[in-house]
Amino acid sequence: MTALLEVRDLRIAFPAPGGDRHPVDGVSLTVAPGELLALVGESGSGKTLTGLALLRLVPPPGRIEPGSSIRLDRTDVLALADEPLRQLRGRKAAMVFQDPLASLNPVLTVGEQVSETVRAHFPVTARAARQRAEALLAEVGLPDPARRYAAYPHQLSGGMRQRVMLAIALAAEPALLIADEPTSALDVTVQAQVLALLDRLRAAHGMAVLLITHDLGIVASRADRVAVMQAGRIVETAPTAALFRAPAHPYTQSLLAAIPRLPRAAGGAT
Amino acid sequence: MTALQRTWADRGGRGGLLVLAFLVLLALLGPLALPDPRAQPDLATGTLRPPTAAHLLGTDHLSRDVLSRVVTGARVSLSVAVGAVLLAVTLGAGVGVVAGYAGGWVDAALMRTVDAALAVPRIFLLLLVTATMERIPLGALVLLLGVTGWFGTSRLVRSEVLRLRALDFVRGAEALGAGPGRIVRQHLLPNVLRPLTVATTLAVGDVILLEAGLSFLGLGVQPPMPSWGGMIYEARPYLVDAPWTSLAPGVAIVLAVLAVNLVGEALAADRGGLPA
Amino acid sequence: MTAPLLEVQDLVVHYPGGGLFRRGAPVCAVNGVSFSVARGETLALVGESGSGKSSLARTILRLQAKQGGTVRFGGTDLFALRGRALRAERRRLQIVFQDPASSLNPRMRIGDAVAEGLAIHALAPRAEWPARVAALLGEVGLDPALAARWPHELSGGQKQRVAIARALAVEPALVVLDEAVSALDVSVQAQVLTLLTTLQQRRGLAYLFIAHDLAVVAQVAHRVAVLYAGRVVEEGPVGSILTAPRHPYTQALLAAVPAPDPSAPPPRLLLQGDPPDPSALPPGCPLWPRCPHPARDAHCQAERPALRPVGPTHAACHHAGPAA
Repeated sequence: MTALLEVRDLRIAFPAPGGDRHPVDGVSLTVAPGELLALVGESGSGKTLTGLALLRLVPPPGRIEPGSSIRLDRTDVLALADEPLRQLRGRKAAMVFQDPLASLNPVLTVGEQVSETVRAHFPVTARAARQRAEALLAEVGLPDPARRYAAYPHQLSGGMRQRVMLAIALAAEPALLIADEPTSALDVTVQAQVLALLDRLRAAHGMAVLLITHDLGIVASRADRVAVMQAGRIVETAPTAALFRAPAHPYTQSLLAAIPRLPRAAGGAT
Repeated sequence: MTALQRTWADRGGRGGLLVLAFLVLLALLGPLALPDPRAQPDLATGTLRPPTAAHLLGTDHLSRDVLSRVVTGARVSLSVAVGAVLLAVTLGAGVGVVAGYAGGWVDAALMRTVDAALAVPRIFLLLLVTATMERIPLGALVLLLGVTGWFGTSRLVRSEVLRLRALDFVRGAEALGAGPGRIVRQHLLPNVLRPLTVATTLAVGDVILLEAGLSFLGLGVQPPMPSWGGMIYEARPYLVDAPWTSLAPGVAIVLAVLAVNLVGEALAADRGGLPA
Repeated sequence: MTAPLLEVQDLVVHYPGGGLFRRGAPVCAVNGVSFSVARGETLALVGESGSGKSSLARTILRLQAKQGGTVRFGGTDLFALRGRALRAERRRLQIVFQDPASSLNPRMRIGDAVAEGLAIHALAPRAEWPARVAALLGEVGLDPALAARWPHELSGGQKQRVAIARALAVEPALVVLDEAVSALDVSVQAQVLTLLTTLQQRRGLAYLFIAHDLAVVAQVAHRVAVLYAGRVVEEGPVGSILTAPRHPYTQALLAAVPAPDPSAPPPRLLLQGDPPDPSALPPGCPLWPRCPHPARDAHCQAERPALRPVGPTHAACHHAGPAA
């Protein structure tokens, strides 16, 4: 089976006094159709930049170095002109970020933002786009979607905003969802809800997910494979069960050892 | 690196610094080498002479050396501007810190006063006062420009103080037992210094223009003391016949304001080596 | 039993309501919270956003006003103190905040930041400050040479250690740790938690450990109080709270924590929706609209349950039973 996403030797350079810095320095990874790959790393490991680079969203003055290769569904992402690149974003791969409030436009209703994305990718009427947007908001479990269509982002809770972000990401039916710390800003009970939703959407749409996170806890029960990133490089990639059972790289070992764990006895029994 | 070094590293900032240094040096040293700007050596044949080797920028309608007057005018105009701005910034920072830190009715009273003051055009206030005075001493002019120039600064400082107050290090200092004096001195003022420096620099440009405007209207620096605005005022009738008499102070004003603004913009773009 | 070091009784903190879209109804951040912390003890206050935990911390330190209740520290009513007396008492009660980026003054060198408390309370002659600062930096596991550095030159973990040293400089009896390790990477977090435990043993410190992460709480707390909508819903020894919780909210909170173990069952979703809006709390049990308890009934909706002993913990639930 061919990979949906194939990244080879990705290097990202930032100019710095005394020569360029490379916060991402030779990253290679693949994601198969429908697969969930977790990209795990601590702050400064380069995991977020890697995610941004996949859609050529590296913030200037950073740049992707020649010799890097990103193929998404057999398209050479780094060779695309502006217009096909815009079509690729959203349609082939969509992205959700940690802070949904910063990712949503504060002066448009959440419904408008979903239907706008629908219309950007499909030749449909405003009316059809609105119906599709309401259906998407219902699918992501936004309570009372017809009424919430007209709500502004600040009127929603953090969990509801992240649901809206997922609806926007789903609007163009992407083959790959890049989720960068999608639940890190949420409370633990809300995080559980959003992660359960992500699992459900993934199953329903057969979507592949690149889950970028620092939290091995949310990875353990849901990723197919895990790639561990440190200082701009991937130090270990392994199937999830194998990685947790027998981490090969010393960094992975120290990361696993550092996770605070709950005593599990009767925890949660009612 | 100091703020000065970083401004120097900026292309516009470096140009501004060079021009300013040139103007200040000229103002300081020029009068030593040049003829007395008030001397009227030859009222019979020496008036409105175009530039020559003896008078590099020509002479004016009273046969006075224009270069000498521009250079002495730089002294007057620049020191009026700097003095007025320093006074304005001190007042503005003081009011802003008190309003932002004290909060409550003190803040409300101060800020409503500022709102009211800002609702009246500054030039109108200045005209009102200067028009009632027979002759304005230089000190009074500085005072006047300073006292009417702090409203915007106080708002800027207040909003910065409000932002800083909510930060953890200020709360932490309060928890350590720091009193208001220490909080203001150690934690608030050092952190408003940078936006304050930018505002100050840009305000110097404004005040140079304002003083020139007042002097042009005959309400600022009084003849025979030369100031750039006053020189243009005096040169009005000879705009066509002896353009150098108005052009020289005009170019000086443009250069000074441009240089100050370039430095201000370089400072504003610079984050002082701090992370955003 | 000796008198507690910190004793909070029926504390109430409200903010005036307002904003562009909601007007009038006050935000009830803390609605009658009582707890105490003994010398040398760690009490964890656990809650999600909007539970009132940060308002509690700030009020205890008198960084903001209260609307009711008392805060006694070492037997003294903190809210009865003014001026110099207040500042002297505050010395014994310090705080470390969550965000390393904003917890240090960017324009103050590390050494000056650590020495600030010494200066305020004249705890040592000026000539001794550098030695004291070096000792404090060493105590929190930092190179004393960092005293000459600026905050932006330090990593997040280093800044948090500096914030701890700065608090320790005035020799407090109790340190409020307001999500003090939440923003750190796990490896750094583990190191800082170890440091906190060491400091507690060496100095006999008491901690009020405010956190949302139960796994972190498990490592440092002696007792845990769980907050929901500005009230304590369950309180007890850490072992009982984490392994045999009696309140349905505590149970749901624990069930939602994902285990870093692929063979563990996936977290169970016991709570739907969001915590209640603190300006429009339901009249009865605050958990009622979301409560997963099978016995949930009209009584819960009508009458707010009080904290009562249930087995080894205290729980505020009409239906919490002694056996889980």
